[in-house]
Amino acid sequence: MKWPNPSQISARSLRVWQRNFSIYRQNWKISFLPPLLEPLLYILAFGVGLAVMVGELEYGGEKLSYTTFIAPALVSVAIMHNAFFETTYNSFVRMYYQKTFDALLATPLNLEEVILGEMLWAATKSVIAATLMTCVISLCGFFSFPGALLLIPLALLGGLFFAALGMICTALARGIEMFNLPIFLGITPMFLFSGTFFPLQNLPGWAQTLAQFLPLTHLVTLARGCSLHVWSGELWFSLLYLLVATLLLMPLAIALMVRRIVV
Amino acid sequence: MAILKVESLRKKYGSLTAVDGISFRVQTGECFGLLGPNGAGKTTAIRMLYGYTLRDAGQLEMFGLDIDKSLREIKRRIGICQQEDSLDPDLTVRDNLVGYARYFAIPRQEAERRADELLGFFALQSRAKDKIMVLSGGLKRRLMLARALVNQPELLILDEPTTGLDPQSRQLLWQKLAELKKQGLTILLTTHYMEEAERLCDRLVIVDHGRILIEGKPAALVQERVGHTVIEVADPDQTLRDFLARESCRVEDLGSRLLVYLDEGDELFLKLTREVRAEGCMLRPAGLEDLFLKLTGRELRE
Ligand SMILES: Nc1ncnc2c1ncn2[C@@H]1O[C@H](COP(=O)(O)OP(=O)(O)OP(=O)(O)O)[C@@H](O)[C@H]1O
Ligand SMILES: [Mg+2]
Repeated sequence: MKWPNPSQISARSLRVWQRNFSIYRQNWKISFLPPLLEPLLYILAFGVGLAVMVGELEYGGEKLSYTTFIAPALVSVAIMHNAFFETTYNSFVRMYYQKTFDALLATPLNLEEVILGEMLWAATKSVIAATLMTCVISLCGFFSFPGALLLIPLALLGGLFFAALGMICTALARGIEMFNLPIFLGITPMFLFSGTFFPLQNLPGWAQTLAQFLPLTHLVTLARGCSLHVWSGELWFSLLYLLVATLLLMPLAIALMVRRIVV
Repeated sequence: MAILKVESLRKKYGSLTAVDGISFRVQTGECFGLLGPNGAGKTTAIRMLYGYTLRDAGQLEMFGLDIDKSLREIKRRIGICQQEDSLDPDLTVRDNLVGYARYFAIPRQEAERRADELLGFFALQSRAKDKIMVLSGGLKRRLMLARALVNQPELLILDEPTTGLDPQSRQLLWQKLAELKKQGLTILLTTHYMEEAERLCDRLVIVDHGRILIEGKPAALVQERVGHTVIEVADPDQTLRDFLARESCRVEDLGSRLLVYLDEGDELFLKLTREVRAEGCMLRPAGLEDLFLKLTGRELRE
């Protein structure tokens, strides 16, 4: 396996981003609907239906309504889903069925730039979704400002992380149906057990330790801390985790894709 | 001057040697053909030219530049039309061209100008706003070719440009390629249509099992290796076989068909039709297909 060299990467990556963006723009009305409606559905289902049974809960020394507690997690999950599904299903279709990468490799672009461009685009989708959701949730009055604005750079970081994770799955998947595996074994458990819908303290000790290894746990911790102004030193650790993991996974994703495509 | 130099190019996939040490040169302004049956290694060779496939050994040089050192610069100056369609199904016909130009850092206005010009050249204007999905195979091929020209390449590389096309589309593409050649474009083309190679190629190589079997000008190669004309005999009987055995000529016996290769003249044909039988006998000029089959055999591939 050959690790990408920074000198191989140029601003041409943005051309790949631009391609995906211009196609996204064609259907932006449809693309905008899920991030706008999803939080409302969750808030309705959990906030109205479930919150009455749960009541208030304690988080980081603050008393929060259940709906307030899950609101930042909804944004975090959207960051994960948008990036991960873009670099798995969508990138796979472009690579395998549409031969888009074939076409791109016949131009001055190299594969490293193509893959980076794909990941940048996937992270951009996370940023768009997170921004729209933040607007909706803020209008419902659940977020505190200016902290909630940090969700935007956070969406970029989390988006890049999950984009790289998805791209690694794409590099290893033989067929498109293989993605069920990482989704069933990774994405869905993370969706449920990363302190998203209940505080991690409710879990047995060993499960709490396990949850600390899940990237979504740290994304949720950061999102909750920022958007609800629940500051603690723990946030720095989560930030460090995501930064380091992203810096490792992105070159790994590129290297694995090069190994897969250039034979 | 050689625009492309290929030297001992080699590629193995596991135990299968797809390209087994091929060397050739393409001169500026010529159309060079890479002919070979299915699985001969044509696409593998082409893919190594733009770094899509890594070569195991050999040297590649284009425009006097080494591919390992100047791949980007080389890719900026070549146009590639791959065997498989790689058009962007999410974009319209015109946007496929304009969008592709972006990868070559061609400014938007210039890209649009070129796109319109190419749409005109390939008679695609009326389809400019259509999505790729609704295009027929022939239209897609034309668009692939147009896209390969959007960066105004000095060398055009075409991998089976007319496979799967009807005669009308094929004729149109041939005519367009001939025009481009006239304008001075250098073309490297793979095909297994002999008519295509005869019409377009100044020089060619025939490749099989990753090796070059022969190189030269198509007409001269046919003349030299096959002959001038061919008599085809359907359903030959013993009398006919005996007759031919007495004549000094090269006969290929395919069972239900006989091929007789003649170096010059048609006396033998006249004698045959007069003395033995005329029915089912045909005289035709020798062609590249005869040479191709002679060199690569008649068994089915892949
Ligand atoms: N990625 C690959 N992995 C393994 N084997 C391959 C790969 N690509 C090509 N081959 C094999 O290499 C040989 C040459 O294939 P190639 O596609 O270059 O042939 P071709 O001359 O282009 O044939 P065709 O006329 O059918 O397009 C074939 O036997 C093919 O199966
Ligand atoms: Mg081929």
